[in-house]
Amino acid sequence: MDRDPIYLDYSATTPVDPRVAAKMIPYLTEHYGNPASRSHPYGWTAEKAVEEARNEVAKLVNADPREIVWTSGATESNNLAIKGAANFYAGTKGKHIITVATEHKAVIDPVRELERQGFTATFLEPDSDGLVSLEKFKAAIRPDTVLASVMLVNNEIGVIQDIEGIGKICRENNIIFHVDAAQATGKVHIDLEKLPVDLMSFSAHKTYGPKGIGALFVRRKPRIRIEAQMHGGGHERGMRSGTLATHQIVGMGEAFRIAREEMDVENARIRKLRDRLLHGLESIEEVYVNGDLAHRVPHNLNISFNYVEGESLIMAVKGIAVSSGSACTSASLEPSYVLRALGRSDELAHSSIRFSIGRFTTEADVDYTIALLKEKIGKLRELSPLWEMYQDGVDISKVQWAAH
Amino acid sequence: MAYSDKVLDHYENPRNVGSLDKNDPNVGTGMVGAPACGDVMKLMIKVNDAGIIEDAKFKTYGCGSAIASSSLVTEWLKGRTIEEAYAIKNSEIAEELALPPVKIHCSVLAEDAIKAAVADIKAKQAAKA
Repeated sequence: MDRDPIYLDYSATTPVDPRVAAKMIPYLTEHYGNPASRSHPYGWTAEKAVEEARNEVAKLVNADPREIVWTSGATESNNLAIKGAANFYAGTKGKHIITVATEHKAVIDPVRELERQGFTATFLEPDSDGLVSLEKFKAAIRPDTVLASVMLVNNEIGVIQDIEGIGKICRENNIIFHVDAAQATGKVHIDLEKLPVDLMSFSAHKTYGPKGIGALFVRRKPRIRIEAQMHGGGHERGMRSGTLATHQIVGMGEAFRIAREEMDVENARIRKLRDRLLHGLESIEEVYVNGDLAHRVPHNLNISFNYVEGESLIMAVKGIAVSSGSACTSASLEPSYVLRALGRSDELAHSSIRFSIGRFTTEADVDYTIALLKEKIGKLRELSPLWEMYQDGVDISKVQWAAH
Repeated sequence: MAYSDKVLDHYENPRNVGSLDKNDPNVGTGMVGAPACGDVMKLMIKVNDAGIIEDAKFKTYGCGSAIASSSLVTEWLKGRTIEEAYAIKNSEIAEELALPPVKIHCSVLAEDAIKAAVADIKAKQAAKA
């Protein structure tokens, strides 16, 4: 390859903003004290930095800094919230959990683990636009429902769930409500003073901060209790033991400060780029946008290209770094479970690409991507017997295929 | 997925892409695979009165290895008799393209496509006779 591919995978991870990196470095080399050390200035300096960062994280989501617990990332936050709350409240309420089939694996797997421990779970199927209807959610509630977990922004299709609506229903039914907001910070405004949410997971590296650091919001009023999953020195008021990674925390704080100050301007710019990409790709025949476009972050575009096979599509677009609905790297033929849950056929799920745009994406990047896709889709369809049949008016779903 | 240079060459520059006239009595068509499985191959061969394959064309919906397997066999088929074509084994295709184990099914599909095309031309000839 002549040059690095254009990065359009910001939903997988983001580069650390240079301003964030600059702020982190002194906490590796100079201010290296343990924030738990109370007996000397090394510790005091580190502790001050940690609390300033906690303040910044809280400010982005309008929470009290005392409601922010540091973790290693959103996966740990989700585990701590789901297992911690389910186990704490199971005795009072019951052992039923509601979540959604399109959640991230870091929510689905902890719920599955709780099922193995004797809980039961309902995995709601969203509508074909990716959104969970309030009626469907209400209908899933049982007298023993203890916990619900619904993500704010979906990682694959970028749709925004009605967290306020679902949260109200949870309050009325005395259900603890957890929200995975890993993909949401800096993209949608979050006001936890108003939102009826009890627990919310955050990640730094989706918002131009470093990998390996995240946070969990644990509401104080009304007070939500969770069982610790990591036991040790009793850090973070006993909810999560382990020496605080000062430099990572400082990075997350700075990243969230920048997000708070710049998100409105940035999101307007990104929306223009996304719409430019959408219009460019929509000029190709037989393309389908996956997920609702109105209730969606501007950063995400997930599109299926009909009559093109997923793995050859990924080979064709190596000039750009994107994610595919086809898990070809694992040599598995399993298409994206998120797209399957929307009712997409295997073929369309396989031939999908998630484009995710971010802070450093340019108009030239988008134009290059449109031109590349037009050329490559055209070439692969020229090769495709299915495309030929489609153009001859054959209904491919009615053909008797010899399965192999 | 690491592809061999030969697979990449056939993927980037596929040989003999296209279709022949399926109503021509000298043209045999083999269509194998299924969209839900991720591969569909269509192979067409044109056979002269001496039983020699004069032309071969393909279209493939599938991964790089499937495209390369079908592209390769169109090269191999030209100039062979239909009996020689029928004798082509998937292992020869897999070896030539250095296919990894998870992609052997692509070579199997290419062999199936040849057999289906030969069967079609034989059926046409039998109907003619």
